[in-house]
Amino acid sequence: MSTNTPTEHHEYDVLIIGAGGAGLRAAIEAKQRGLKVGIITKSLLGKAHTVMAEGGMAAAMGNVYEEDNWMVHFRDTMRGGKYLNNYRMAELHAKESPDRVWELEQWGALFDRTKDGKILQRDFGGHRYARLAHVGDRTGLELIRTLQQKVVSMGTDVFMECKVLRLLHDQDGKIAGAVAYWRASGEFVTFSAKAVVLATGGVGKSWKFTSNSWEGTGDGHAMAMWAGAELIDMECIQFHPTGMVWPLSVRGILVTEGVRGDGGVLRNSEGERFMFNYVADMFRGETAETEEEGDRWYEDHAAGRRPPELLPRDEVARAINTEVKAGRGSPHGGVYLDIASRRPAEFIRRRLPSMYHQFMELAGVDITREAMEIGPTCHYIMGGVKVDADTAATKVPGLFAAGEVAGGMHGANRLGGNSLSDLIVFGRRAGMGAADYIEGLQGSATLNQGEVDAAIAEALAPFNRENGENPYDIQRDLQEMMQANVGIIRTGSEVEAAIETLENFTERVQNISLKGGRQYNPGWNLATDLPSMLTVSKCTARGARDRKESRGGHTREDFPGTDEQLSKVNIGHTLAGNDWTASIKTEQIPLLPIPAELKALLEEGK
Amino acid sequence: MSDVTMRIWRGDSTGGQFENYTLEQNEGEVVLDVIHRIQATEAPDLACRWNCKAGKCGSCAAEINGKPRLMCMTRMSDMPEGPITVTPMKTFPIIRDLVTDVSFNYAQAEKVPALLPPPMPEGGYRIFQEDVERSQEFRKCIECFMCQDVCHVIRDHEDNKQHYAGPRFFIRYAELEMHPLDTNDRRDLIREDMGLGYCNITKCCTEVCPEHIKITDNAIIPLKERVVDAHYDPVAWLGRKIRRKTKVSAQDAAVQPAP
Repeated sequence: MSTNTPTEHHEYDVLIIGAGGAGLRAAIEAKQRGLKVGIITKSLLGKAHTVMAEGGMAAAMGNVYEEDNWMVHFRDTMRGGKYLNNYRMAELHAKESPDRVWELEQWGALFDRTKDGKILQRDFGGHRYARLAHVGDRTGLELIRTLQQKVVSMGTDVFMECKVLRLLHDQDGKIAGAVAYWRASGEFVTFSAKAVVLATGGVGKSWKFTSNSWEGTGDGHAMAMWAGAELIDMECIQFHPTGMVWPLSVRGILVTEGVRGDGGVLRNSEGERFMFNYVADMFRGETAETEEEGDRWYEDHAAGRRPPELLPRDEVARAINTEVKAGRGSPHGGVYLDIASRRPAEFIRRRLPSMYHQFMELAGVDITREAMEIGPTCHYIMGGVKVDADTAATKVPGLFAAGEVAGGMHGANRLGGNSLSDLIVFGRRAGMGAADYIEGLQGSATLNQGEVDAAIAEALAPFNRENGENPYDIQRDLQEMMQANVGIIRTGSEVEAAIETLENFTERVQNISLKGGRQYNPGWNLATDLPSMLTVSKCTARGARDRKESRGGHTREDFPGTDEQLSKVNIGHTLAGNDWTASIKTEQIPLLPIPAELKALLEEGK
Repeated sequence: MSDVTMRIWRGDSTGGQFENYTLEQNEGEVVLDVIHRIQATEAPDLACRWNCKAGKCGSCAAEINGKPRLMCMTRMSDMPEGPITVTPMKTFPIIRDLVTDVSFNYAQAEKVPALLPPPMPEGGYRIFQEDVERSQEFRKCIECFMCQDVCHVIRDHEDNKQHYAGPRFFIRYAELEMHPLDTNDRRDLIREDMGLGYCNITKCCTEVCPEHIKITDNAIIPLKERVVDAHYDPVAWLGRKIRRKTKVSAQDAAVQPAP
């Protein structure tokens, strides 16, 4: 029989929540500092969403274009982020990512090679030079497997299929652990830790069409906020331009940007390469004006400027959306991504093996012969927990965050390839930050038992309720509502409606009732995800309301331009209380001022 | 479209039975879509494991009409007429419904001696594409564990799990043995503790691999040759010494520290 109190307790120096790229990299760092490290993941080890990353990881190694260096990468990242980035994160990321990639190679990763035996780098949107280290189109799998194997070889404790419900404080308000339950048994377990690193990934599962798996429910974003941390830029959501659109059951599944990096182009129903009509002034100087010029660039970047298909993702997604709305879409509401007519079949199969496989098996489409039907899909949240760039520390002592759950690195829009490198740069920094923090700790911590009891009572409540709602109905309605009201293009009235409706959802979640027992019950698991999904959705909607401008992954139909005052602030959210249903305080936070020498880099080639 | 009946095994380690769910079919669906619709309506407690729903994470392996398949990559339109049976992987202990305890595989992973590379020179290792490709094939593995599930050595003989790593880990050992940077030697371990000799090359693993890795031809057979040679054949031993020497020399050349 399942019990209503924790049956197990574990103690660690550093507890890491999440076993994707950032969490595993943080674990390696903390282990190397001689600390006792535990990793908790709600899936099996090696299944995290990192495996879905396809194209590569951006690092200015200069293997293909010697002209590349961290300064250009920094500039590209800031421009791509529409200058909303935490400049220091963008700087550290650009400087450190090459070393992090080379380090992976020492741990067993096998990247594709240049002719002279270096790590091959591929072109991606928004990057001036070919910069993405990759393995075909399965780079995320290579990253996670490499880190997983390293972590296992170091003898780290991994708690698999263990779902964290709440972070726990000690008597002084520092973070001191977490309470979780085992999915397999339904039993509760508590963890004490001197420091906790959140590496829980994203939030995409609150939208109807998403590339995210069931895991992307914003657990870390929400738990951080419930524990007293601040979220920023939550309105900045990346809709990846190329998700599958047909059949309906696969709608949203990612189609790598590598297709465009390797020569694929976008066409509307009239066969036109429409992206030439959507080049914003900011990118005009570096974008090809004709198809011929764009095609020359693929051969030699000095011979022409980049084709507009490789503009940053926000620009391409908006353009596709406009084409479809204008009636020039494909039969299933997307546009065409064509590489078949542009590259030999053998090249496509070698460079894009999993795309070939995915379309062949799921859609019956041979991408070496036909164009793909694609459209925007909710992919990534730029926003997240506000952290210190150097240490990944949040404002709550003892709590660190890295990877997608952290905010600031990517500003208003992330460049493709900057996510995998973000994971390894800031995963390592979070491990270092946590280790340094522990060195300065004094005294012993006592877990707040009231928080443990409250979390367990809340998790079990749906079993004691009769005639309540099915959590799957609430999830479906939430996804449809967010897609419709806080989707790729937003307006004030819809966002306001979303904010109001989300209060209604809060009540519905408090009226869930469940079938079956606690042992591996997916309905129960979803019921414990929904409070997180609602918390992040509320922040996204509130940020979208307050950012009355269009910038990066936030587009307001009623405010299509940028706003000078809003260009200088993040929109931040904190919880006014310690219960997840408490009200949220939303306010503007000034950006970190950029030092003059870095600012000068941004002006170059403008 | 017409209705379909799903016969799904429901139960736990103490036992269970098939339950039938009849529902409408939608165009383009895969088996996992139908399972999800059953969860969302009739059976919110139906346990199944899944993550990416795109054939990349290997979480949703189950036996569909008796054959190990990824539920997310099995299209309903490719299924024969009549009810579709979905059961958990047989080789692993049941947790609940379609979810099995795959910890055997994670325990095997802990036994693998890590890659041992030479120090990295300034500017990174120089390795050529043809030298990474052999191991890259094995690194495509998504750890769905269907090759383990279908392998007779452990599927039909629980006791063998004590001393048999299984196809997934034979490709892992092959990957490391063929890795251009590796200097570790695992041949005795593979022969003595990992039970490579139990494999009688029936290729069942290769047939079910969703990544189309040629597990038997490209990993197990070369590994068997390497391990057997190492142990029994003095000429091959000498030859290997020389080959290995060449490999190390090439590496040395590639990893000279920058002046």
